[in-house]
Amino acid sequence: MSNQKPKLALYWASSCGGCEIAVLGLHEKILNVAEAFDIVFWPCVMDFKYADVEAMEDGEIDVCLFNGAIRNDENAHMAHLLRQKSKVLVAFGACSYGGSMPGLANFADREAMFQWIYFDSPSTVNPDGVVPQKRSDVPEGELRLPGFWNTVKTLAQVVPVDYFLPGCPPEASSIEIAINAIVSGELPPPGSVIGPDVTVCDECSRKKSEKKIQRFYRPQEIFPDPDICLLEQGLFCAGIATRSGCGAKCPSVGFGCRGCYGPNEGVLDHGAKILTGIASVLDAMTAEEAEAILDTLPDPAGYLYRFHLPDSLLRRKARGNGQRQPVGETSQREPA
Amino acid sequence: MSDNGTFTPVIVGFLCNWCSYRAADLAGTSRMGYPATLRDIRIMCTGRLDPTFVLRALQKGADGVLIMGCHPGQCHYQEGNYKAIRRFALLRRTLRQLGIEDERVQLHWASAAEGVQFAQTVARVTEQIRQLGPLDWARNWPNEDPYAVEEAVHE
Repeated sequence: MSNQKPKLALYWASSCGGCEIAVLGLHEKILNVAEAFDIVFWPCVMDFKYADVEAMEDGEIDVCLFNGAIRNDENAHMAHLLRQKSKVLVAFGACSYGGSMPGLANFADREAMFQWIYFDSPSTVNPDGVVPQKRSDVPEGELRLPGFWNTVKTLAQVVPVDYFLPGCPPEASSIEIAINAIVSGELPPPGSVIGPDVTVCDECSRKKSEKKIQRFYRPQEIFPDPDICLLEQGLFCAGIATRSGCGAKCPSVGFGCRGCYGPNEGVLDHGAKILTGIASVLDAMTAEEAEAILDTLPDPAGYLYRFHLPDSLLRRKARGNGQRQPVGETSQREPA
Repeated sequence: MSDNGTFTPVIVGFLCNWCSYRAADLAGTSRMGYPATLRDIRIMCTGRLDPTFVLRALQKGADGVLIMGCHPGQCHYQEGNYKAIRRFALLRRTLRQLGIEDERVQLHWASAAEGVQFAQTVARVTEQIRQLGPLDWARNWPNEDPYAVEEAVHE
């Protein structure tokens, strides 16, 4: 009986596991999912092997919800495999859609990261200088690790993707919209982002008026007024240029929008759109005044491209140019 | 790309309709000489310049971008160039973090009467970018990750 239900697969590539929790955040509605679908692959929750997927017919999986960015050979292998076996492939969550947190590694490169992680970080003890190898020989035989990429990619940069479901993680309401659309067959055109095309400001209940800010504040530096637009109070908020669907959850608790739902329709570069909005509210009439205000905003590129650096026009920091900038400069954590 | 063996940069110019674009016209009709490196795009105001345009120009192969508009206080739309000042300041900081040198993307002013200043600015910016060399998209932003195709091993 069960094999007459549509087959559902969920996979995590380079991700934190939050997307899996978001699926469980459907609460009792998860039972509707289990009722509507036959879950054939979900490594986080059930014991499936990659070989189980390899043994499937092409297109045997009806829907695959794929979360996580592509940052190593294993991620890419599974992206190709699940694309081949799935009728509908959904980039689920901000990492597979835009790169998100793993994508911030595109401000550095492989060598710089290995240097920091395996040698320089204060919590590292590595007297033998051991670093991961793709192959290593041990008495029991040869061990292999997936190759670690210099540049983190989005799922759509590796394989064709049918739909995108944004969010870090996607809200339960967004997941419901997507699952209902899939179950009912009323899907938007392929390549669409599933969800409303409005900005977070549209859903934010804070009072908005003419914006002029003299400086930026970090969230820990002030107690924001509970009713006034956070950007007007000097808190960085990406809501002006970020797709909604989340119900403006972060601004409603006094924290500026981080931008996790990504850009609206037709936007080529999420960071550039946030930049346009943020910069135009600076209370500056000269370049010097603008620079003085921006001195209170550390790591602007990190704020602007927090969720969509691999998906942006430049995709990563230039690898050969700009040697004057040390790699650590974009990090808020300075080496000790 | 090469001119007597030296590198000739490709610079995309975003010029304000009301001032710098006319300064370019004036420079042309006055037969002033300046390097033929600038690809002019007329915009109605520097306040219209979406930073996406700059990123797109660099991504599409420009070695630099020159934005030119009305002097502060002389904007046809009152304050478009002030918005440009603010956005440019944040854009430049962002580009620095992405490894793109300050000289590649510049903001300058030229009124409709300043053909000479326009020509001098293009010459100066061209020389600065020439010294930096090409942006070299293929090398700095390789499309395929070399470690994905080669069997490369750290050290």
